[in-house]
Amino acid sequence: MTDADLAHRIQVVTHRRQSRLAARRPNQLVPENTVSGNALTIVIAIMSFLACLTLGAVTLVHDASRDWQLDVQREITIQVRPIDGVDTAAEAARAADIARRTPGVIGADVLEDAENARLLEPWLGNGLDLADLPIPRLIVVRLADANAVDLDDLAASLGDVRGASVDDHRVWAGRLQSMANATVFSGVAILGLVFVATVLSVVFATRGAMASNANVVSVLHLVGAEDGFIAREFQRHFLLLGLRGGLIGAAAAAFLFALLGFVLIPSMAGSEGERVSALFGRFAVGPIGYFGALGIAFLVAVMTALTSRLTVYRYLADSE
Amino acid sequence: MALRHSATKPGGGGEAGDLIRFENVGLRYGMGPEVLRDLTLNIAPGSFQFLTGPSGAGKTTLIRLFFLTLRPTRGLLSVFGREVSSLVKSELFSLRRRIGVVFQDFRLLDHLTTFENVGLPLRVLGREESAYRADVVELLRWVGLGDRMHAMPPILSGGEKQRAAIARALITRPEVLLADEPTGNVDPPLASRLMRLFVELNRLGTSVIIATHDINLMNQFDARRLVLEEGRLTIYD
Repeated sequence: MTDADLAHRIQVVTHRRQSRLAARRPNQLVPENTVSGNALTIVIAIMSFLACLTLGAVTLVHDASRDWQLDVQREITIQVRPIDGVDTAAEAARAADIARRTPGVIGADVLEDAENARLLEPWLGNGLDLADLPIPRLIVVRLADANAVDLDDLAASLGDVRGASVDDHRVWAGRLQSMANATVFSGVAILGLVFVATVLSVVFATRGAMASNANVVSVLHLVGAEDGFIAREFQRHFLLLGLRGGLIGAAAAAFLFALLGFVLIPSMAGSEGERVSALFGRFAVGPIGYFGALGIAFLVAVMTALTSRLTVYRYLADSE
Repeated sequence: MALRHSATKPGGGGEAGDLIRFENVGLRYGMGPEVLRDLTLNIAPGSFQFLTGPSGAGKTTLIRLFFLTLRPTRGLLSVFGREVSSLVKSELFSLRRRIGVVFQDFRLLDHLTTFENVGLPLRVLGREESAYRADVVELLRWVGLGDRMHAMPPILSGGEKQRAAIARALITRPEVLLADEPTGNVDPPLASRLMRLFVELNRLGTSVIIATHDINLMNQFDARRLVLEEGRLTIYD
């Protein structure tokens, strides 16, 4: 091999090496896929999942309590008590006619004997003959809007119907509202506690992961990197790590919400299910639950990044 | 070789062009006793010196003072003509970039290639890799690591790590090079080779300070010696 050939070969090898260097992606300054980094991702995913589940539960309770209130406010009951010498059924029919003519009323139905018997069944048992008992007749009045009907006016119109009185469920609705508000408040408080626990877990797990990177911080500092540069590198790394963990947790929670919706909603088609859903809602998490889960994922990621930034600054201040 | 005890000649040797000047510098950690006392010395441009002394004498602390990761608790320390006590943090960084350091334990990042470790000081300055690639490759060839630029530090030998650390310290063309026991982990032939590297570097204009315990190594070179003992400095010019 001549000198010219050797020089050409060296040139070719050098060119290949330079091309290989240019083509590859440089390694990140903060090591990726470390044990502590993966552990932090798992902690973030689990805590985000729990926070999302709590948020979903709170939205379920909130939606259910709102439905209860709307249902109660859209119905009133007229009661016609039995009086000696008075045809209760005729009086009840008259009261229903008056109610139907009242503005804002969608419909008024007198409960049949069979329906009354079913209502009283838990207390008086089967095979009840209402003809033998002085049972009041009940008229269910459905309202278009609770505020559209003047209940005092309706009560005055029923003045000449003997034994009739209006029950607008105000006391019941008030208690129900108080109970619903207390339930939602408790849910929000639990969400707050879960969120504080998430924050603390993420902060301590991030600090733990940062401790394993102390050597990287130290070397970067010694080769002339300014504090802001080091903090930015770590912040970007931990933001991506937190985002990955947060999205895994949020996606798992969203999947569970969807699964509950698919599995439980069809099983509530029967009368038993309807009663359960009247009390506890439809077990379907609304858009607030899904968007909230996404928000939690981003919030956790930002929190992780900020914690890493503060930890870097504290470490650098201590090392000076 | 002329002997000079630093405490007996305050300000001795100091000239306007000195890169680093110590005048009656003392340093203590917290409320403890002074670990360095009354140090007076200068590092001239293009000079070559050994820093030596028994273990625990304060060599590493003195190197940290040179590199501005510590500030004296008394006395005057000026680096590149700037009095250190009056510097803000951003100025410290810009001065520190004019000083290269080779650590005894190399301080290479195991998750970066040799090429990336050597280019790290330029990367943290925000330079694009394409802008410094040729310089890093050339320097790696100069220190004999042309074929190891893609290797990760864990698979490099002690001597290769040492040369990678030296290359990293030199990539920014520092005016002063500090080397803490640079031959402590290598065999005598490689130690001589590394020393020739430092001498060559010094010939190109860089002031070199080498901290070492190795008397035989120091005897091979007619260079100034800074001897630390119990926190006090004696200079043999």
